Amino acid sequence: MSDNENIILKDLNDDDLVEQMKDDLYDGMAAEVFEGTQILLDRGWDANLILSDALVEGMRIVGIDFRDGILFVPEVLQCAGAMKGGMGLLRPILAASGEKASTGKYVIGTVKGDIHDIGKNLVGMMLEGAGFEVIDLGINNPLENYLEAIDEHKPDILGMSALLTTTMPYMGVVIEELDKRGILKDLPVMVGGAPLNQEFADAINAHTYGRDAALSAELAKTIMGKNS
Amino acid sequence: MTGADANCDNGAHPKCLIIACGALAKEIVYLQRHLGIPKEALTLQCVPAEYHNTPQKITPAVEAILKERRDEFDTVLVGYGDCGTGGALDEVLKKYDAERLRGAHCYEFFAGSALFEEITDAEIGSFFLTDYLVKFFDRLVIQGLGLDRYPHLRDIYFSNYKQVVYLAQVEDAALKERAQSAAHQLGLEFVYKYVGYGDLTEAMRLVNVGAGHSYARSEGHQSPPCDDGIYHVRG
Repeated sequence: MSDNENIILKDLNDDDLVEQMKDDLYDGMAAEVFEGTQILLDRGWDANLILSDALVEGMRIVGIDFRDGILFVPEVLQCAGAMKGGMGLLRPILAASGEKASTGKYVIGTVKGDIHDIGKNLVGMMLEGAGFEVIDLGINNPLENYLEAIDEHKPDILGMSALLTTTMPYMGVVIEELDKRGILKDLPVMVGGAPLNQEFADAINAHTYGRDAALSAELAKTIMGKNS
Repeated sequence: MTGADANCDNGAHPKCLIIACGALAKEIVYLQRHLGIPKEALTLQCVPAEYHNTPQKITPAVEAILKERRDEFDTVLVGYGDCGTGGALDEVLKKYDAERLRGAHCYEFFAGSALFEEITDAEIGSFFLTDYLVKFFDRLVIQGLGLDRYPHLRDIYFSNYKQVVYLAQVEDAALKERAQSAAHQLGLEFVYKYVGYGDLTEAMRLVNVGAGHSYARSEGHQSPPCDDGIYHVRG
């Protein structure tokens, strides 16, 4: 996206710097995104604003181009790596300011039998960027893990991920059990993963289908009533 | 797409179209010869093997062929598992009265479901290779996942995997060595299993038997691979 390799970030005004950071994030330039984040902090920018205007917004554009087949998984992972660098700087500041997790609490995990977590991790990162406190259960989670996490963390939303056609029906098993236990009526369940679609999500009675990481974060905010 | 049209209607044999992943082309041609399936009985048309990495392209590609050619054939066998299509492929096959190979993907129908489950139950972090994937490992895995451009992504892709399981179709020391090298490249343990052609043999045998013998309704029992590297089907 960016053509100029000789841009001095600290010489840019705030608006141009934010635009440049989005370009750098799109190009997976971790060091530049890190540097831009530090410059904005040094200029007195609020950490939340840097997160939303530069990092999350940059990743939202990446999400659109991934959806449209312009970017592919390796490039998206490069972008995510760049975003992580900036978030590494912001996370302790947000935690110290007590503004963390203002959006809600989100438990997320890959279902039993499945060890794929790239998509889940991207969703987790975007949720964190959207202000959620994310409790990541990792991979290969049986029903018990979800139940324990719900009991322990009292999340606002539960997210489940699967990459395999053979493991995605397990999401339905978890949702059915949540329903039986009377949990489902108060806990929206989001599902996502490459082989899923809206039809499948509807069939297993999921609350929301998250097609990609950026959209999932937006939908989660909508569930929380935090999207205008 | 590539076509290998060998069909002629002499009335002696029902005509079968096999629409297969390009990764199975060599194996299907071998089995056709080995099982003595006449050229006029079988037409093979392949879909690019690269779609393995973009499964959303598989169903439309298979459907395009079915739409154009289904009426020319008595039966259609689709040389795919579900292969990450999330059931979409099965929906299309129903519409065109076509059958696919059993299992979620080629690893399962090569190994057979029992062995495949045994391997994954013992180690869920198993990354599978077949002869084709070993031969084209650089193109499909290294370049396909962008590891040639971003080598550091290896640990993001493979951190949850523990072993490479090479399900060999033929016993070939050079291929085995390349598979071992691939495992090393991914930083994983190496497991070798010679499985032959698995369920693909049964499906091809039924093509040879002819119309009225549904692969989908067959029992799918397998014998161990024989010296010729082929699984022979009981009954």
